[in-house]
Amino acid sequence: MEPMIIAGKAYASRLLVGTGKYKDFDETRRAIEASGTQIVTVAIRRTNIGQNANEPNLLDAVPPSKYTLLPNTAGCYSADDAVRTLRLARELLDGHKLVKLEVLGDPHTLYPNVIETIAAAKTLVKEGFDVMVYTSDDPIIAKQLEEVGCCAVMPLASLIGSGMGILNPWNLQIIIDNAKVPVIVDAGVGTASDAAIAMELGCDGVLMNTAIAAAKDPILMASAMDKAVQAGREAFLAGRMPKKLYAAAPSSPTSGMISPVKGKAA
Amino acid sequence: MIALTINGEPRRFDEALTVAQLIERLELTGKRIALERNGHIVPRGLFGEERLADGDKLEIVVAVGGG
Repeated sequence: MEPMIIAGKAYASRLLVGTGKYKDFDETRRAIEASGTQIVTVAIRRTNIGQNANEPNLLDAVPPSKYTLLPNTAGCYSADDAVRTLRLARELLDGHKLVKLEVLGDPHTLYPNVIETIAAAKTLVKEGFDVMVYTSDDPIIAKQLEEVGCCAVMPLASLIGSGMGILNPWNLQIIIDNAKVPVIVDAGVGTASDAAIAMELGCDGVLMNTAIAAAKDPILMASAMDKAVQAGREAFLAGRMPKKLYAAAPSSPTSGMISPVKGKAA
Repeated sequence: MIALTINGEPRRFDEALTVAQLIERLELTGKRIALERNGHIVPRGLFGEERLADGDKLEIVVAVGGG
């Protein structure tokens, strides 16, 4: 299958996976492997000072030599905090430019604050970052983020961590139709069929974390998501049949039927 | 003596320090970290020469699991 291209780099897998909420780094590693993903998100947080000096490091479980790391700004509520966080991420990851921008509006819904998001995107693009941006499913905002110079637009399917699936496929469709950069559904996917539906709409990829990490068996769900994203992409490329209420066209030939035997009931 | 705020916590040190010396005191030498001093990144290559001053606010971060 043709690869997904983000900021000039080709990825065979169209599934992007987060590294939060797993039981431990070993489960993180196994889920990431089972998902077949090549892009994993990481968060940037204060280190412990003077305690747990030998704390295990996430980057041992998901080494930057094996995966494209996507540092994100989850938890930031202002453009300024998001920009500072990603400057730290770039320093932490030796000049790494590909980032996920996410500026939230409130801790209850985790809904994006699109005004702060656009402000941060402008600054980051100016500073040379390749910005993949989390946003609402508002087609106008999505287009503006593209025009600001973001390399991928990532609308939500439903609220972060909700697992509610794709609530407004029509808005996603409009965003996809209008976009010249990759569109990746980020947030809200709950199970494999949600990912397949996103891909069937024509999304370039799907980003998820909780759907895998909060499954009873995260490793198995990671594998399911890999297949769902591939199946959805193939179905999109294949082009689905039109929906119609009455078929009036059976799949088997209508001629050549055998004759009924006289006087005999079936 | 200098007083620093490191990741939001007040810390006092008997002498003026470079960033590299501070990292050593905090037992973070060799760890993959990034450091911001008063809102500006201090590149790792400059840890040895960057001298900390009384009242500095530092943020020291690592990569952790997240979506």
